[in-house]
Amino acid sequence: MTDVPDHTKPQRSLLQQDAHTTKRNRAEKRFKTYGIIAIAIGLLMLAILLVTIIGRGSGAFQQTFLTLDVQLLEAKLDKKGDRNIEDIKKVSTFGYAPLMSAALETKVAALGIQTELKPKAMADILSKDAAAQLRDFVLANPDLIGTSVEFKFLTNSRVDGYMKERVTRESIANDKNINAAQLDLVDALHAAGALNKQFNLSFITGADASDARPEAAGMGVAMIGSLFMMLVVLILALPIGVAASIYLEEFAPKNLLTDIIEVNISNLAAVPSIVFGILGLAVFINYMHLPNSAPLVGGLVLTLMTLPTIIISTRASLKSVPPSIRDAALGVGASKMQSVFHHVLPLAAPGILTGTIIGLAQALGETAPLLLIGMVGFIASNPPDSIASGLLAPNSAMPAQIYEWAKRADPAFYERAWGGIIILLVFLVTMNAIAVLLRRRFERRW
Amino acid sequence: MSLVKLTTSALAIAALSATAAAARDQVQIAGSSTVLPYASIVAEAFGENFDFPTPVVESGGSSAGLKRFCEGVGENTIDIANASRKIKSSEVEVCAANGVTDIIEVQIGYDGIVFASDIDGNTFEFTPEDWYKALSSDVVVDGKIVANPNKKWSDVNANFPDQPIQAYIPGTKHGTREVFEDKVILAGCEATGDFEVFKAANGDDKKAAEKACIALRTDGTSVDIDGDYTETLARIESNKDGIGVFGLAFYENNTDKLQVATMGGVEPTVETISSGDYPVSRPLFFYVKKAHIGVIPGLKEYAEFFVADEIAGPDGPLAEYGLVSDPELEKTQAIVADEIVMGSDS
Repeated sequence: MTDVPDHTKPQRSLLQQDAHTTKRNRAEKRFKTYGIIAIAIGLLMLAILLVTIIGRGSGAFQQTFLTLDVQLLEAKLDKKGDRNIEDIKKVSTFGYAPLMSAALETKVAALGIQTELKPKAMADILSKDAAAQLRDFVLANPDLIGTSVEFKFLTNSRVDGYMKERVTRESIANDKNINAAQLDLVDALHAAGALNKQFNLSFITGADASDARPEAAGMGVAMIGSLFMMLVVLILALPIGVAASIYLEEFAPKNLLTDIIEVNISNLAAVPSIVFGILGLAVFINYMHLPNSAPLVGGLVLTLMTLPTIIISTRASLKSVPPSIRDAALGVGASKMQSVFHHVLPLAAPGILTGTIIGLAQALGETAPLLLIGMVGFIASNPPDSIASGLLAPNSAMPAQIYEWAKRADPAFYERAWGGIIILLVFLVTMNAIAVLLRRRFERRW
Repeated sequence: MSLVKLTTSALAIAALSATAAAARDQVQIAGSSTVLPYASIVAEAFGENFDFPTPVVESGGSSAGLKRFCEGVGENTIDIANASRKIKSSEVEVCAANGVTDIIEVQIGYDGIVFASDIDGNTFEFTPEDWYKALSSDVVVDGKIVANPNKKWSDVNANFPDQPIQAYIPGTKHGTREVFEDKVILAGCEATGDFEVFKAANGDDKKAAEKACIALRTDGTSVDIDGDYTETLARIESNKDGIGVFGLAFYENNTDKLQVATMGGVEPTVETISSGDYPVSRPLFFYVKKAHIGVIPGLKEYAEFFVADEIAGPDGPLAEYGLVSDPELEKTQAIVADEIVMGSDS
C-alpha cells in the first residue's frame, strides 16, 4: 500500500513566501538598485562633464573691450594727403600704434584718472589685434582720415583674464606682460564705464590668431573648414553608401563572396580613425598630390571612415521593410528595381537619414585623421572666398582647432579650447536631435 | 531632382579646382613646435600688412619638418622648414638627392631652456652637476661606476631640500632633448670628473664615454614627455614634487603656476640668455627653399619680414613673446636679402 498524499490541506500558503521566493525577490530588488546606481553614476559623470565644460568654456564667449575715440591723423596715415590707397597701405600696423596710445592717453586725461604710466605702457593693455582692426577700418574707409572715430578695441588677454577673475594681483607677481599699475588703470577705466565685458561674436565667426593675441582667436574659419569637409562626406558617402547597401541587400546573390564583403564592411567600421589618416596621407597627398591641409582631403578621409556606418545603418533599415511590400509590388507587375526605388527605399529613408546624420556627427568630431594630413597648426587664418578655395585652400576643422588651442602656452587659449568644445557640442547635439526627430516623425513600425 | 545636378556640379567644381590648385598662392611652413608660436605671430602680422594671404604654419617637430622640406621641389612641397636645431649633414644629403639643393639658412634668435617647478614648492639653484647626478643612469662613487643611488635631491646636493627626484624632460623626438643632454647632463658629467672615469672604463673612447654620461636612468625618476610643454605643466600640477624642462617663452606665459630655477647661479631671462651668461640655450632657425622664391608669391617677403628689426629685433613682438633676439640680426637680414644659400661661404 502506498501513502496517499494529503491533498486537502495546502502544503504551503500562497500568501506566505517561502525562503526561495524571498531570495529571488531580494535578488531582483538588488538588481534594480544596481541599475539605478549605474544610471546615477552615468548621469553624475554627464553632469560633471557639462558643468566643467560650461564653467570653463563660457568665458570665451565674453571678451573685455575698451571704447576709445581715435584721431585718424592725416600726418601719420596719409602723408601725401591724396587718399591714394596704395600709399595708405604702406603704413604698417606698427604705424598705427602711436595713434592708439595717444587716444588712450586723451581718454585717461578726460576721465581724470591719475596714473604714472607712460602712454606706451598704457597702450599695452590693448590687444595687439587693435592696430590691425584700426588699419583694416582705415583701408576700408580712407575718406575718414583726418576725423575722429569711436572704436571698441579688444584688450590684452591678461586684462581680460583679470576682468574674468582668472588673473589676480597675486598671480601676476612675476608676469612681465602686465603689472599692478596697469591693473589700477584697468580698474579705473572699468569704474568709468569705458572698459567692459561684452558678448564676443568674433569668437564664433573669427579666424585663428597667433600666440601673441589669444583674445582675438575665433572658431569661424575652422567651422567653415568643418562645413566643407562635411559637404564632401555627404556628397560622396551618402550615394556610395546607399547604392552599395541597396545592391548588397536587394540584388546581390547570397554567396561566399557577398558574405566576405559583409564581414569586411563590419570590420571596417571598427578600424581606428588614425588608420584612415595614414591612408589619406599616403594615397591622397603623397600619391595623388592633392594639396596639404585641404578640407577636400579631410573630407575624403572622413568619407572612408563614415562609409561603413552609413552602409550598416542603411542595410538595417532596408531589412526592416517587410517582404510583403516587395511581394505586393512585384505582384502587380513592378520590376525589381521599381519595387526597390518606388516602395522600399522611401520606407527606409528615415532610417537611412538617421544613420547618415549620426555618421556625419561622428565625422565632425573626429580629430585623429586630421592630425596626419596637416590640418593642425596655425592654419585657419584666411576665410575662403569661393567654393573652390573652401575645398582646397588650407584650413583646419573644429576639433583640430580645439586640440591646437589646448596645446598653446598662453592660459587664455585654454579657455578658448573649452569654448570651442561648447560650440562643437552644440553642433553635435543639434545633429543628433535632428536624427532623433526624423526617426520619431517618419519611422514606421510593422 | 536638382540634388543630382548639385552633386555633379559640385564634383565638377572640385575636379576643376584640383587642377587650378597647382597655382598655390600662400606660403606653406612646417616644423618645430618651439618655433611655431614665433612663426605664427609673424605669419599673422604678414597677412595683415601685405597683400599676400596669411602663410600656413604647421607644427610636428624639427625632424618631421625638415623631412617634408627635403621631399623635393614643387608646389606640393613646403617652402620653409622651422627648426630648433641646425640642419644635419645627413638631411642636407637627403635634400640634395631629392633635388633640393639651394637652401637658405636663417637664424632668427635664441631660445632659453629653463627648469621650473610648482610655484608653491621648494626653490632650487641648480648646477649642471646636480642634474647629472640626479638623472644619469650610472654615476661614479668612490672611483667606481655604480647604478645611480640618489633618490632625493638632498642626496644629490646637501643644500637641497629633502624632496624626491622627479623630472619631466622632453622626449627624444624634441630638439630640446639634445640641448638638455649636451649642455646640462654632459656638462655636469665633465664638471664632476666622471667623464674621465667613463673614458678610462671604455678604453679611452670619447664617444662611448659621452654615451655613458647621457644615458638617463629608467627607474621612473626621469619621465620623457613626448607631447608639448602643456603636458609637462599638467604633470607638475598633479605631482608637486616634479621639476620640468620648459622653453623660456612658455615659462614666461605661466609665471602664475611655475617658478624657475637658476642654473649655475644665473636666472634665465632674455638678457642673461642673449649675453650668454645663462648656459642652456640654443639658436632657432628656419630654412627656405631658394627654388621656390619667385614661384610662391610672398615667400621672400615673408622671410625678410621675419628678420626685420621691427619683428625680430629686441623691441619687436617676438622678443616680447620670449624670443632672445640675435645680436647679429643684420647679418641674417643680409643673407635673406641676397638669398645666400648654405655652403656658399658667406
